[in-house]
Amino acid sequence: MNDGEIITLRGRKVVGGVAEGEALVTRQTISGWGGVNPMQGAVIETRHELRGVSFKDKVLVFPGAKGSSGWSVCFHLTRLAGTAPKAMVFNEMTTKVALGAVVMRVPSVTDLDRDPLDVIETGDWVVVNGDAGTVEVRKRAKAARRA
Amino acid sequence: MKLTDGEKRMLDGRDGQAKQKAMELLVRYGEALGAERFVDTTNVAGVPGQSSVFLDKYYADKKSAAHGSYDTLFSLFDLDSDEIVDVPRVVTHACHLQGGTDPENWQVLGATPKAAEVARDSEAGAVDKGIKILKTCTPYLVGNVPTLGEHCAWMESSAVVYCNSVLGGRTNTEGRESTSAAMLTGKIPDFGFHRDEFRRGTHAVDVAVEVDSLMDWGMLGYFVGDVVQERIPVLAGRLGKPDLVRYKHFGAAAASSGGVEMYHIVGVTPEAPSERAAFGGNAPVETFRYDAAARRRIYETLNSNARDPNVDYVMLGCPHAALEQIEEACRLLAGRKISSNCRLWIFTSRGVKQRADAAGLTKIVLDAGGHVLTDTCSAIGQALPPGTKVAALDSAKQVHYLPAIMGIQAWFGSTADCIDAALTGRWNGALP
Repeated sequence: MNDGEIITLRGRKVVGGVAEGEALVTRQTISGWGGVNPMQGAVIETRHELRGVSFKDKVLVFPGAKGSSGWSVCFHLTRLAGTAPKAMVFNEMTTKVALGAVVMRVPSVTDLDRDPLDVIETGDWVVVNGDAGTVEVRKRAKAARRA
Repeated sequence: MKLTDGEKRMLDGRDGQAKQKAMELLVRYGEALGAERFVDTTNVAGVPGQSSVFLDKYYADKKSAAHGSYDTLFSLFDLDSDEIVDVPRVVTHACHLQGGTDPENWQVLGATPKAAEVARDSEAGAVDKGIKILKTCTPYLVGNVPTLGEHCAWMESSAVVYCNSVLGGRTNTEGRESTSAAMLTGKIPDFGFHRDEFRRGTHAVDVAVEVDSLMDWGMLGYFVGDVVQERIPVLAGRLGKPDLVRYKHFGAAAASSGGVEMYHIVGVTPEAPSERAAFGGNAPVETFRYDAAARRRIYETLNSNARDPNVDYVMLGCPHAALEQIEEACRLLAGRKISSNCRLWIFTSRGVKQRADAAGLTKIVLDAGGHVLTDTCSAIGQALPPGTKVAALDSAKQVHYLPAIMGIQAWFGSTADCIDAALTGRWNGALP
């Protein structure tokens, strides 16, 4: 794919609403409780590739949730603490990620027609339309030129 | 979602505002999952209305004479409602899992008087709604034992995997908000593990090295979770017959390194009378082999963040200790005192602690210089003895979480290695 290209992925709504922001992409599943510090909005899991990285105000693009049943509470707390991501895009539907997205109240989509982990890179500008179930990806170079 | 008349009634508010808010949340959740209907449940395990110093402060200005702190928190956080509602008594069997702090030994845990007060108030609020205070991650050890096919709504990943795999109960890994809503409605989305077709094995694990000890079951669990992630493994091979404690450690580990919510052991667990039955006639997507090299790799992974052999804290009881594990620790202590440089905390449920008291085991641990503590653990409660830098643990799950949460080093080994570390203040563990 070329720099500046706009790509639209189509899937289904998890949580409605529209939000946009810079993508933060990981190929590793994310633990909520014990894997994320909700007060900092950052991943803390010892061997995670995003360890120490904050997802606050980012569009979090990830394979799915793992670990403790405290996933929803942890991400619920990010909403209270003001450290939540702006939107979520993920592949694997589980009860953890569904409930977490619902109580975080951020636009979220899944079941996309192309693997978002192949299409979206960290730093790309992403518009998540939860109602329509779409993700619009503007590749980083174009977003950088605009900025 | 397709709703029954009773569900519509709750959603329309005809059964009161709290049930309406609970149904609204469950419908949002069910739609997010892509579920088409609800199942009825009468067995719900969660952390309803549990406050913390952070939540207590966050909602402090919201509570009023009309709505005390319990209903305020339950409405705004548990039900994710924008309005505060009168929370009625629960309609299901409902129990409170681990959380808060030990009501008798909160000072040992270093909890502040405020934290202890918040925990006490939460507990009183939950009791008032008819919620049973089990205060443990192991409800199946203290009276909540689901039956084959029973639809449950449980939190706590180690309890969920036990419920599905060992007992044949049916639950997804629910969260706080969904379990609290289920306690008021008796409903949970019909998704995942409530459905026959979802419970079939997907991946095979060929256990090529002997797995018998508790430590080996923990390491195997950590391996399995890592390779299958949230899929459903079917294990066969050189496995000894697991007992309750081995199942507990295996499942907890697999639910930490991955998201395993159910597993089958051919010829052993209730939904795996044969390999064919375990896979539901499907072929495994992939087969993983657990051999001596994989075992060594897992041992090294679990010990990868520890360098300092001077151990200043030994924690047992993750998941919460069964009575026989406290007995084992007492046997290993053999009347000796733990090192003056080290602390020993053993976590369990209130129910098991009562039996440990009656059996004289709590006193043996105290006389050795340790403590038997309830309601929480070092990871959940973020509670360590002052100055802890290096811990020794016999739980792969606790090793997975504790160093990340508390920024300390942690060794992993057998219960005997850990008690040895408590007695000597040194880590002498090795892979047997």
